[in-house]
Amino acid sequence: MDIELIGRVWIYFAEAALVTVQISVLAILLGLCLGFVAALGSLSVNAALRWPSRAYVSVFRGTPALIQLFLLYFGGPQVGIHLDPMEAGIIGLGINIGAYMCESIRGAIISVDKGQTEAGRCMGLGHFQVMNKIILPQAARMMVRPLGVNSIALIKGSAIVSTISVLELSYTAHRYISSTYKPFEMFFLASIFYIVIVTIFSYGVGKIDRRVSLEN
Amino acid sequence: MLNAAPPATGRFDMSDPIVKIRGLKKNFGALQVLKGIDMDIEPGHIVALIGASGSGKSTLLRTVNQLEDVTDGEIWFDGDLVNKKLPHRAREKHLNLLRQNIGMVFQHFNLFPHLTAMENVTLAPIMLGRMNKAKAIEHAQQLLDKVGLDDRAEYYPSQLSGGQKQRVAIARSLAMKPKLMLFDEVTSALDPELVGEVNRVMKQLAKEHMTMVIVTHDLRFAEDVSDHVVFMADGYVVEAGPPEQLFRNPQKPKTKSFLHQVFDE
Ligand SMILES: Nc1ncnc2c1ncn2[C@@H]1O[C@H](COP(=O)(O)OP(=O)(O)OP(=O)(O)O)[C@@H](O)[C@H]1O
Ligand SMILES: [Mg+2]
Repeated sequence: MDIELIGRVWIYFAEAALVTVQISVLAILLGLCLGFVAALGSLSVNAALRWPSRAYVSVFRGTPALIQLFLLYFGGPQVGIHLDPMEAGIIGLGINIGAYMCESIRGAIISVDKGQTEAGRCMGLGHFQVMNKIILPQAARMMVRPLGVNSIALIKGSAIVSTISVLELSYTAHRYISSTYKPFEMFFLASIFYIVIVTIFSYGVGKIDRRVSLEN
Repeated sequence: MLNAAPPATGRFDMSDPIVKIRGLKKNFGALQVLKGIDMDIEPGHIVALIGASGSGKSTLLRTVNQLEDVTDGEIWFDGDLVNKKLPHRAREKHLNLLRQNIGMVFQHFNLFPHLTAMENVTLAPIMLGRMNKAKAIEHAQQLLDKVGLDDRAEYYPSQLSGGQKQRVAIARSLAMKPKLMLFDEVTSALDPELVGEVNRVMKQLAKEHMTMVIVTHDLRFAEDVSDHVVFMADGYVVEAGPPEQLFRNPQKPKTKSFLHQVFDE
């Protein structure tokens, strides 16, 4: 292993890691918003809200993220959507992870005992009030872990945006390989950065999870 | 709440029933659970609803506040048709108003675990604009006091015993100042030594002329607390009457055999 080479290029990988973090964080935030709206929609009594939410989840979980990304980035201009690689990466990844996050949020909401809703409704609280004050605060505790799993999957999955030439970790590794012919060192270095990111992120999720479940 | 003592039989002939049920039927899919129930509940009365498991007691109770919708028949509460046909939005509004006047206590408490006892009690009055926060807290303090838990206001449900939880649940449903209280086997999930403290609270409410429907398997308590007993079997009201009659001198063979079974256990 060419330690000296690693010593020379690691700083560029660190910069690329920041790009990976940036894409991931923004995609996670987008995914959370979409997932939350879709989860509420999929639990609505109104079929006009339920149907689009279900369709969103099936379509985006049922097709490869890579194809979704290509459709958006390469196919987008054909229908008037012009995005730079970074934008396409964030939006593509965000929409994709949102479908998974929808299922995590929905699962947490329906895991709250039905008696909680009944107790709220039978005091005269409306559907929205019960959701807001009774169900969501309890569901929130149960969604931290699954959403953490979704987010970590996204961080690692963000490597696919290298295919639309976003200068993140994976693409950086590829570029250095073509100039150094040292694939082992370059992919090894990229892996180290992924592990660092995922480890820090997992630690944060664990902390939040302990915090919310220890609240009482 | 020092009203005049009720007549011994608890009859208030001059007043209209607060609950009127007529020809009530309820199906769950193909299963007929209520097959035609007629019932009147007079204001201030304590009605005990008894019957074997599966006879439809909970279902009947839950149709009164429309946690279950009905298949056929009418339920009137305080002069208002509970199950009137309305468009979705109007129905939600109607139900929310109706339910503010009907308290319900469940077998498994259904306290909100993320809120303290105090917050459990004040949630609905504050959210529904019934009282401002200070007033709601003051009222909740009185209610917790009444159920003997004034020193537990800041506890979370997980820090309370079963009997304490159920007493908080009773205080919570009293917070909206309901005209009717529904109790569905509220002591069935409790350790035997905790039953008494909850029963005492219900008795206290009875003394204050709260109108109550109490579903219970505890026939001794039913006899003790109620002034009207309704015996249900297979989705019908088989027999109803004052406790001394229904328990001491039942008329229908089904009632007799049910009482024999229970008291022989
Ligand atoms: N949501 C539901 N869906 C389908 N069947 C139901 C539902 N709720 C109740 N039932 C059925 O209706 C019948 C009456 O149930 P209900 O809970 O009213 O009886 P109960 O008299 O309260 O019995 P218990 O003493 O065991 O509480 C039972 O056969 C029950 O299985
Ligand atoms: Mg029952």
